[in-house]
Parts: sequence; structure tokens; C-alpha cells
Amino acid sequence: MPDPTTDASVPAVAAQPAPHPRAIDWVGRALAASEAIVIPVGAVVVSAALFSLFLLALGKSPQTFFELLWRGGFGTAFSWQNTLVRTAPLIFTALCVAIPARLGLVIIGGEGALVIGGFAAAVVALPFIGQGGAFFVMPLMFIAATLAGALWIGFVGALRHHRGVNETIASLLMFYIAVAILNFFVEGALRSPADPNKPSTTPIGADLMVGQIPGLEVHWGLAFGVVMAIGAHILMSRTTFGFAARVTGGNVRAARAQGLPVGRLMLAACALAGACAGIAGYFEVAAILGKANASLVAGYGFTGILVSFLARHNPLAIPPVAILFGGLAAAGGLIQRRMGLPDATVQVLQGLIFLIILLSETVYGRIPLFSREARA
Amino acid sequence: MTDDPILTVLVAMFAGAIRVSTPFLFVSLGECLTEKSGRINLGLEGTLVFGAMSAYAVSYLTGSPWTGVLAAGLCGAGFGALHGYICKLPKVNDIAIGIAMMLFGTGLAFFFGKGFIQPTAPRLEAIDFGFLVSNPQLKVALQINPLFFIGIAAAVVLWWAFRNTRFGLVVRMTGDSSATARAMGTSVDGVRFLATTIGGFSAGIGGAFLSLYYPGSWNEGLSSGQGLMAVALVIFSRWNPIACVGAALLFGAAGALGPALQSIGVSQGYHFFNAAPHILTLAIMIASTSPKRSLKGAPGELSITR
Repeated sequence: MPDPTTDASVPAVAAQPAPHPRAIDWVGRALAASEAIVIPVGAVVVSAALFSLFLLALGKSPQTFFELLWRGGFGTAFSWQNTLVRTAPLIFTALCVAIPARLGLVIIGGEGALVIGGFAAAVVALPFIGQGGAFFVMPLMFIAATLAGALWIGFVGALRHHRGVNETIASLLMFYIAVAILNFFVEGALRSPADPNKPSTTPIGADLMVGQIPGLEVHWGLAFGVVMAIGAHILMSRTTFGFAARVTGGNVRAARAQGLPVGRLMLAACALAGACAGIAGYFEVAAILGKANASLVAGYGFTGILVSFLARHNPLAIPPVAILFGGLAAAGGLIQRRMGLPDATVQVLQGLIFLIILLSETVYGRIPLFSREARA
Repeated sequence: MTDDPILTVLVAMFAGAIRVSTPFLFVSLGECLTEKSGRINLGLEGTLVFGAMSAYAVSYLTGSPWTGVLAAGLCGAGFGALHGYICKLPKVNDIAIGIAMMLFGTGLAFFFGKGFIQPTAPRLEAIDFGFLVSNPQLKVALQINPLFFIGIAAAVVLWWAFRNTRFGLVVRMTGDSSATARAMGTSVDGVRFLATTIGGFSAGIGGAFLSLYYPGSWNEGLSSGQGLMAVALVIFSRWNPIACVGAALLFGAAGALGPALQSIGVSQGYHFFNAAPHILTLAIMIASTSPKRSLKGAPGELSITR
């Protein structure tokens, strides 16, 4: 990805993604831009090779695996549809990681904001189900999901700002609390008698469901996700907010010395991130499930972490990377059935890619100007 | 010999504190050592789950639960060593690697553990202190697993070693200032690698307790963030192994609240009681940290407290 910052007045240190404040681009922008594509692609190839060895050691054929992966994820129109349906929530949950990451915050509890957002959307719809007025109720559901998500991760940002609580641990703990809230209401007060097998809220009904993109047979959440990613890119690279955020991510002390409102920036970024994850929850409820139940906890929030890291927290790179992992998730069932592998196979591959991607950070800018310990 | 429900809950929480706390204790001791050396390993959640799986599998295959415990420790040490090795490379973020190890460890555990969900493996035997009391509930509560005592002994040894041995001094020095450590001719990466490996070993044993004693079976929902809560617990204990024991007991009691209330028929809101350890952890983190000053006893090089 070409680095968004072309404004010559912007210091080079701020042009780099947040977690690598020392990776100063001295080679030149063109080379740096190609570096940021070549290294992640190389890391994925290395992961695939290691995973092939893993399969060979178990006596399974890597060739069959990748053939099935292709067929299940991208081979047919149906598999593409399956992939893109999973891509949409991944874009939002990856944005939930990428936006705070620009400020140097590692938020891994996007799954919790997704659950709370989806739950909030289903709950505000309850009094209106079957009454019509979709033009009013649908925006209401959307706003409820966005607000719930924003408050959820915004709370994590507030804890970080006001109490110095580590945001990584806090956001993951909040995920468990979100699941407890969902289960408490869905299996208790809000349980619908309509579905005796799986505890759920009352189905919102067809008139409140989000429609599909004509010709693609995928719900509108996908298009909205791409728009949000582009919006996040513009926000981060073309606005004062984005600039201030990147300065903060580059060096908090420098940002404070410049008089930037670091605390408010953190709060805003976390709230925005949570809003994204909440929107993912809205589309899961209003386009896929039609009600809130335990199926909301599908792991999109956790895969989103991986998507964001592989995209190097660059919002424009998130949709293509999300398609890759959407395809991986879509092909999981086929691989499981045809090769007799456990359903955790995809998770092993994801974990491996994550490790290798982080490992590849060490390759950027081969000349180590500063040793690791010299970090301020 | 009473049917007083409050007493029943208290006894159940006391029993739970001892039973549930052991994995917390092992993970937090391991994390305490790792963090004292100046590095944080968030991947212990994955290590815990993989340790639980490998202990159960080895116990099933060999028929000896203690071999399973050893295997879990060795697997944990392997994960710790991997984390320690990767983190010594320049520009690699230890927190992010921890998150990746968490996903990778649980993924591998679910992958290899699929075939061990059904069979029943031999479990660890408890030591029965029930002869000390006459109350039948307390008799059950006083069946204590030897690993609990090993954990407490390990905590005391670690506490003593930090203060009185060369090893402890080197670890603390590395954690407080890598520049000093280098000036003294100590290999910073070597010390941290070793501390992370031993920390992983301990977390693996914590996992073995989960699958071989309490709850005492292997399934994919075995751990719900215990490994991660243990990291918060170390901060709460101010990097003091003895305080880790107390904190682990507190968390164990909180974790036992849900089952204890269910046993006397309170089922309303049990989801929240099951989330009690998570809520408690969050509350403790909010109450015990401060944005203004650094925490007492915090290793100077630790990235999460800066």
C-alpha cells in the first residue's frame, strides 16, 4: 500500500503505522511502499509452507488442502458469496483494532463490542416487531448498535486514560462480560418462546432485515464496510484528528509536549473503534441471524485482530485481507468434511499466519538504527 | 451439621477457593517470573489450554496422570521458549506476540485435542484432610490436590529466590534496567528467554490441573480467560509471589461463587456469577492502577505499566 501521507510537511516518523515508531522510512517512499506489500505477502507464503509441513507430518496432503481452500472460498459464485458474507463483519472488527492501533493501543475485545452491538440492535427492535415503520426502526437499531459498541470500547479507552488500566487485558475481560450479559437476557427475560431449541430474542421479522446488494447476493453490510474502511483511511491520513492520532502513536511524550489532547484522542479512537464493531453486530443481527443469540459469538472479533495486523493497521488494506480470511473461514467446513481434519484446523493456520506476520516485523528496514532495548 | 444456605455457600466458596485457585496460582507464578525479567507473555492463556489438552492426552495414553502433568509442563516450556525466542528479535512487540500465541496455542490444543474429548483419562488423586473435621461439607472441601501445595511451595521459593539468590537478583536487574544488565555482562535476551520458558512450564502445569483434577475433563470450553486473568492478577499482587497466592485464592473464591449459588438453588443470573472473576479482575485493575505514578514493585522495563 502506498503510504497515505504525501504531504511533505508531515514528519516521516508519523507516516509509519503506530507500533513501529522507529521504522523510519529512509529508503524512499516507493521502496517503502513495495516493502509494505512484499513482506506481508511473503509472510503469508511462509506460513502456508510451514502449514504444509504440518499437514505432511500428519499424513495429509497440503495440495488437497489448498485446492479445497480455493474451491470452498473462491472457486464458485456460491463460495464467493459465502466468503463475502464473512468478509463484512471482519472489515468492521478489523477497523476496531486498526483505529486504536494508530495511537499505539492494542484493543483485542472487538468481539465483545460486536456482541453488545448486535444485542442492543435486537433489543431496541423488540417493541416494534410486526408493527411496520421499518424506515424508523431500522435506523434506530443501527444507532443503538453503534452507540452500544462505542460505549463498550470507549469505556476501555476511558479506563486507560483515567486509571491507566491496560487496554488489552481490559478489553478482553469486557468480552467475557458481554457474553454473560447476552446469555443472561437471551436465556432469561428476553427469551422468545418461538424457538424452543436455541435460546434467542424474538425474531425481528423480514421487514426489518437488511437487504442484499443486487447482483452480489451479499447483504449491504459489505458495501458499508468498504465505505467505512475508506472513511477511516481519510480520517487517519487527511484530517487533523488522524494526524494527531498518528503523532500520539509515534511518540506519546512528543504529542503531550506539543499540547495534543492525548486522553481525548484515545477516548475518541476507542469509541470509534467500538462503533465499528457494534455495526458488525448490527449487520449480523439484521442481515444474517434476524435475532440475537449465542451465534453472535462467532469469533469475528478475534479474526479481525489478525486481519488488522496483516493489513498493518492500514484501513485501505483491510477489505482485501478480510476477503482472504473470509474465504478461509468459508472453506473451513468443506476442508473439515473432505479431509477429516478437526474444525480447529483453520484456527491453527490463522495462529500460524499471525505469528509469522509479527515475526516479519523484524525484517522491515534491515539496518537496525536502534537496538530493541533503546526504546524510550 | 446445618442446612443454613449461607454457610453452604461459604463452605463451597472456601472449597472452591482452594480448587479453582490452583491454575490461577501456577499461571500467575510463571507470569510473575516472566514479568520480573521485563517481558510480558499474554500467550499464557494458549499455554494453559494446550497444557490441559496435553496433560489429558498423555494421562490417557500412559495411564499415569503425573506423566501428564510433566508433559503439560514441557509443552508449556516449549510455548514459552518460542515466545521468548521470537521476542528477542528486534522490533517485535511482546504483547502482540502474546495475542498470537494465545490464538495459536488454543488452535493447536483444539486441533490435537479433538480425539480426547470422549475418552476418560486417569485423574490426579487428592490428599484427604477430611479427618480433621466432622462437617461432611468441610470433609469434601478438605480433599486437596497435592498440586495446590506444590504451588504454594513454589511461591515461597520464588519469593525467597527473588530476594536472596544470585538468580533472583539477575532477573530483577534485567527487568528493571536492561542497560545495567548489559553493563554487568548479563545476557538480557538469555535471562528473559529462560524466564519466559520457566513461566510457560508453570502455566502448562496449571493447565494440567484444569483437565486432570478440576473440572477434571478435557473440552474446548475448559478455560475462560484464566490465563489472561492471571496476568492481571500479577499486577494486582505487585509482582510479589506470596501476594500471588492470596490473589489466586481470592479469584478462586470468586470463580466458585456461581457453582456455589447454584448448589443452593439460586440459578437466577448465574451467567453473571460465572463472569464474577472477570468482573472482579476488571474492578481490581481499575482500583489498583494509577495513571499518575508507576506501580510499586513494577519492573522498570515492563511495557504494560508504562
